[in-house]
Amino acid sequence: MKQFEYVRPASVAEAVAAAARPGAAYLAAGTNLLDLMKGGVSRPDRLVDITHLDGLDRIERLADGSLRIGALVSNADLAHDAEFARCYPAVAEALLSGASAQLRNAATVGGNLLQRTRCAYFYDTASRCNKREAGSGCDARGGENRTHAVLGWSESCIATHPSDFCVPLVALDAIVEIEGRAGRREIALDDLHRLPGETPARETALEPGDLIVAVRLPPAAREFAAHARYLKVRERTSYAFAVVSAAAALRIENGRIRDVRLALGGVAARPWRARAAEDLLKGATPAKDVFREAARRALADAKPSGDNAFKIELARRIVVRALTLAAAGTPARIPALPASPLASTSGAIHA
Amino acid sequence: MPELNLTSAPAHLRHGSNIGQPLTRRDGVLKVKGQATYAADNHPPGMLFAVMAVSSIARGRVTSLDIAAAKRHPGVVDVMTPDHKPPLAVDPEVKTNPFVFRMEVLQSNEVRYANQPIAVVIAETLEAATEGAVLLAPRYEALPALVGLDAGESYVPPVVGVGNPTENHRGDVEAGLASAEKQIDATYETPPQYHNAMEPHAIVAHWDGDHLSIDMPTQGLMLSLARIAELFGIAHDKIHIRSPFLGGGFGSKGLMAGPPTLGIMAAKLVGKPVKLVLRREQMFGPVGHRAPTRQRLRIGADGEGRLTAIDHHARTVSSTFDDFYEPAADASHTLYAAPAIRTSHDAVRVNTGTPLFMRAPGEATGSLALESAIDEMAWACGLDPLAFRLKNYAEVEPITGRPFSSKALRACYEQGAARFGWAQRVREPRQMRDDAGLLVGWGMGTATFPALMFQAEARAVIRRDGSGAMEIGAHDMGQGAWTALAQIAADAVGLDIDRVDFKAGTSDLPDAGIAGGSAHTATAGAAIHSAGAAVIAKLADLATGDERSPLFGAGNAGVIARDGKLIRRDDASRSESYADILSRAGLVEVEARGTGAPNPAAMQDYAMHAHGAVFAEVKVDPELGQVRVARMVGAFAAGRIVNPHLVRSQLYGGMIWGLSFALHEEAITDRRSGRIMNANLAEYHIPVNADVPPLDVITVEEHDPHVNALGIKGVGEIGITGSAGAVANAVWHATGVRVRRFPIKIEELLTDL
Ligand SMILES: Cc1cc2nc3c(=O)[nH]c(=O)nc-3n(C[C@H](O)[C@H](O)[C@H](O)COP(=O)(O)OP(=O)(O)OC[C@H]3O[C@@H](n4cnc5c(N)ncnc54)[C@H](O)[C@@H]3O)c2cc1C
Ligand code: SF4
Repeated sequence: MKQFEYVRPASVAEAVAAAARPGAAYLAAGTNLLDLMKGGVSRPDRLVDITHLDGLDRIERLADGSLRIGALVSNADLAHDAEFARCYPAVAEALLSGASAQLRNAATVGGNLLQRTRCAYFYDTASRCNKREAGSGCDARGGENRTHAVLGWSESCIATHPSDFCVPLVALDAIVEIEGRAGRREIALDDLHRLPGETPARETALEPGDLIVAVRLPPAAREFAAHARYLKVRERTSYAFAVVSAAAALRIENGRIRDVRLALGGVAARPWRARAAEDLLKGATPAKDVFREAARRALADAKPSGDNAFKIELARRIVVRALTLAAAGTPARIPALPASPLASTSGAIHA
Repeated sequence: MPELNLTSAPAHLRHGSNIGQPLTRRDGVLKVKGQATYAADNHPPGMLFAVMAVSSIARGRVTSLDIAAAKRHPGVVDVMTPDHKPPLAVDPEVKTNPFVFRMEVLQSNEVRYANQPIAVVIAETLEAATEGAVLLAPRYEALPALVGLDAGESYVPPVVGVGNPTENHRGDVEAGLASAEKQIDATYETPPQYHNAMEPHAIVAHWDGDHLSIDMPTQGLMLSLARIAELFGIAHDKIHIRSPFLGGGFGSKGLMAGPPTLGIMAAKLVGKPVKLVLRREQMFGPVGHRAPTRQRLRIGADGEGRLTAIDHHARTVSSTFDDFYEPAADASHTLYAAPAIRTSHDAVRVNTGTPLFMRAPGEATGSLALESAIDEMAWACGLDPLAFRLKNYAEVEPITGRPFSSKALRACYEQGAARFGWAQRVREPRQMRDDAGLLVGWGMGTATFPALMFQAEARAVIRRDGSGAMEIGAHDMGQGAWTALAQIAADAVGLDIDRVDFKAGTSDLPDAGIAGGSAHTATAGAAIHSAGAAVIAKLADLATGDERSPLFGAGNAGVIARDGKLIRRDDASRSESYADILSRAGLVEVEARGTGAPNPAAMQDYAMHAHGAVFAEVKVDPELGQVRVARMVGAFAAGRIVNPHLVRSQLYGGMIWGLSFALHEEAITDRRSGRIMNANLAEYHIPVNADVPPLDVITVEEHDPHVNALGIKGVGEIGITGSAGAVANAVWHATGVRVRRFPIKIEELLTDL
C-alpha cells in the first residue's frame, strides 16, 4: 500500500488543522475510504483519524425540538435508537436498508454523507473519469451505465450519489454542522453535494479541513412521523445499492396533505429533493391520481444518460408507491426487509 | 502439516453401516474455531509475499514497467517479469495433454485479456508488495479488444466440453419441425460468470534444494503435481502438495493455473518461501470462468403435445489463445423424448482468460435455455408444464436410444409436485397474487447431470491393534469428503469410523483423481471400497488358512467384516478379531490397494444420469419489477446417498446457485475495453441470505446396479440445473413476461400499468 502518515488528533481544532493540508483525508470507519485506497482510487498522504474525538458520538435532543446527531454515531446505533426511529421512521428505515449489518455497525453518519459514488469507472483506475482525475474524460458515457444518473447530470459526469440515509434527511431539511478553519458554520444538507456541471471532481461544498461534526434535524422534521416511508428498489433483496429510491413524508390533517416532503435517491449526484412535486401535493387529498401527477413533475426534467431510461419510469412508480405507503401511515414496526417493496414476503426474517 | 483432529462422530448416529448415516462434518469444529488451516494460513519461516501486477488492457503488449520505482519501495525484494524470471522446463504454451490449458506466466509481453498477470512483486510484507505492483505503472500498446458473442467471425470448434462432439443428431429435425402443429423458435442469452469461491486462489511455495513443498487449494492434487513436475522439470517424488481444505473451487481449482505457477516461480527466483494470494478482482481473468452463451431453441410438438423435434444451437466464446467451449446445447440430449434431436455449437474468440469448467458446465447454461423453452412449448400446447414433461418423459436416452442405468425422475416429479402443491397451479400467467398484492408465479424445471466416474486409487491398512487406515489423496472442497469418504472407508474395512485413520488431502497419498464432474465421491468411494475389500481378503486368507483360527476352512463359505471382526458368513457364532488374526500371524499390519474406475461395458450399455425436479414460487412487485423467490422444492434421485446431511447441503447450494443464475449473477464487461466492471463482491451479485427462501430438498430413493459398485451418482452440480429454469419460468408465470436474457433484470419486468 502507498505509505501515508497516520495522525490521531486530540481535538476537533487539531483535526481541522491536520486535515487542512493538501493530500490529507479524514478517516472515520473507513468502510468506503479504505476500499478506495486499496483500489488506488484515493491515495491520501495523510489520514486524520477522527474516530477517537470526544463528543461526536452523541444523539442529543435540543431545547427547540431539533435533534443533533454527532458525526461519529454509527449507522446502526442511530437506526436502532428507539426514540429516533419513532420520530424519524423514514430515516431509520433508510439506514437499515443500506449495506449490511456489519457495515452499518461500523459506518458513521459523517462518512455516510460523504461516501463517494459507486460508478464503476470511478473505481476502475484504468478508466477515464473526470471525478477522479479532472479533465480526463468520462468512460461511463457510452459504457455500462444502466444505473447512472437521470437527473442533474452533465456531459462531464453522470454518476449518482449512493447514500440511502441522505435521501430522507434531505427531505426533512437536515442541516450539516461543519467545523472549518474559520470556525463553525452550518449549511443545508441539500447544499452539501454539488451537481457535476463542468467540475465533477468538486463533489461537495466543503473546503479543505472542513469536518462535519453533526447533522441536525430541525423541529419540523418530527411532524411527519405518522406518515413517513423510505422505499428502495435494488437488484437483490438486501446488501445492494438502490437502483432508485424515494423518501416520502406527509403531514395529513383532516384528510388533506398539510405538508409534504419528497426526495429521490440513486438518480443524481446528490439526494434529489422534488420541490415541484411537493408544491403540487400541498393541500391535496391523498389519492393515486395526484400522486401520479406529482411523480410526473418530480421527473419532469429527467433524461437518460445512457442505457438507463427505465430508471425514469421506475422513479415515477417509486414516487407513487412511496407516497401511497406514507399516506397509509407509518407501520408500528420497521418491516423485516426495510424499505423493500417485498417487505411483506413471508419468511423474511432479516435483511 | 499439523495433525488434523477431526471431530469424532457422535456415537448415537452409528447403527452398523456408516454409509447412509447423516454424520455432521468431522472438520466442522475445526472450521468453526478457525483452526482449519487453509493454504494461505501457512507461514513458513522467512516467507516473503508476492503480489501480481495485472494488465488493465485486454489486448496488446506491455511496453514498459517502472521496475526501478517498485524496487525502491521499502521492503520490495524483487520484481519478476518476462525478462527476469526462472526458466521453465517446458513451454507453457505447449499443450501436452487435453487437460493442460495455456497459462500466462510471464513468457512474453503480450496481453491477451484484462487482469492477465504481467509482473510479480516480491516483498517482505504484503503491503510493500502491493504498493510495488502499483509503482510498476505499466505502459501498453493497446489493440482493440474483442468483446462479446458477436466479437468476430464464428467458427465451429472441433469439440465442446471435454471431448464432446460439437454436433449431434438423431432423426430428422427439419422434418420433425415441419410436421409439428406447434412450434417455438426462441433465443436465450446467459452472461459470463466467474467462480468466485470464498477462498481466492492461493499458494505458499517453498523450495528446499530441488524439493518443492506447496500449500495450495486444489481439486486435483495429482494433476497439479504432474503439471508442476513438467513445468519445473523435477521428478514427481520431489514435490509435496498439501490441500487439506478448500474454501470452494467450483471447477476453477481443478487444473494448475497461471497464478499459483507464478508463486512457485517467485519462490525459486528469491530462494525463499513465497506466498501468493489473488485479490478478489484478480479472480476475474486468469483462473477460468463460465463463458456467455446465446442459445436458439426450435421445438416442435404435435396436436397432442408430443414433441416432434428439438433443435438446440449454442453460440459461445473462447479465449484468443486456447479452447474451452461451454457444451450448452448438450443439455438437450437426455431429458425429453423427441424423435428428432439436433444439437450444435459455434463460437467466437474474445479477449478473456480461457473459459473453464464451472459448476455444471454446459448443463447449467443449457438447462436454463431448454427448461425455459420447454415451458414456452407447454404453454403453446395448452398443457400444464408438468403434464407436458410427463407426456414427453424419456424412457430411454433420447439422443442414443440407450436404456438408463436407473432413472427415478417420475418419482422426483411426483414427490416434488406433491410437496410443493403444484396441482393448485393456475395455468394462465399473471393470475395469482398474495395478500399484499404481489404477483405470484409457480415454475418448474427438470434437473439432470451425468453420473461420471474417473480413476482413483486407495490404500487400506489393518493394524495389529485392531484399527485401520485408509489413504487416498482426495479433496474436501467444502462438500464434506473428510466425512463422506471416511464413512465409506469405515464400511470398507468393517470398522467403526473412529477406528479408521482416514488420510486425505496431500499428494503423497494414492491418486484420487479430480474432485470434479460430481464424480469424486463415486470415484474415490469406489477405490476405497475396493481397497477395503482387498485388505479384508488378505486378512481372511490369513485366518481361513490357519488351523488355529476359528475361521479355518471358511474360505469357501466366505467371511464378512464387521466391527473389527471377520465373521463366517454361514455361521455368525464363529468369528475372529482383526487383532487376533494379525498377532497370531506375527504381523504388524496388512495393507492392500484398490482402484475405482469407470466400467466401459456398462457405459456402452447404459445412459447414466442423476435426475431431479425443481419447483419454485416467486413474488414480483407488479409495478416496480423487483423479484424475490418465495420458496423452492427440489426432489432429486442420485443413486445411493452416502450422507444425507452433506447431500442436502450440496443440493441446497446448487439450488441457490440456480436462483442466482436466473436473477443475479453476471460479470459486466465494458464493451470497449474488455475490462470487467464489477470484479468485486459488492457489485458481482450473488444471492444474500435475504434472497434465499426456505428450501425443501427431497432425496428420492434410487438403486443403480450399474454406475459403480456402491451405486453412487454425484450430487455436486445437479442442483443448479432445473433450478434456474424453475425460477425463470415462475417469473413468467407471475408476470406474463418471458425474459430470455439472464439474469432477469428489473427493467424487463416494468410492464405497462
Ligand atoms: C459493500 C458495501 C455496500 C454498501 N451498501 C450501501 C447501501 O446500500 N446504501 C448506502 O447508503 N451505503 C452503502 N454503503 C456505503 C456505506 O454506507 C459507507 O461506506 C459508509 O457510510 C461510510 O462511512 P465511514 O464511516 O466508513 O466513512 P469513511 O469510509 O471513513 O469515509 C468516507 C468519506 O467521508 C470522509 N469523512 C468521514 N467522516 C467525515 C467527517 N466527519 N467530516 C468530513 N469528512 C468525513 C472521509 O474522508 C471519506 O472521504 C456500502 C458500502 C459497502 C462497502
Ligand atoms: S460518471 Fe462521473 S464518476 Fe463515473 S466515470 Fe464519468 S466522471 Fe467518473
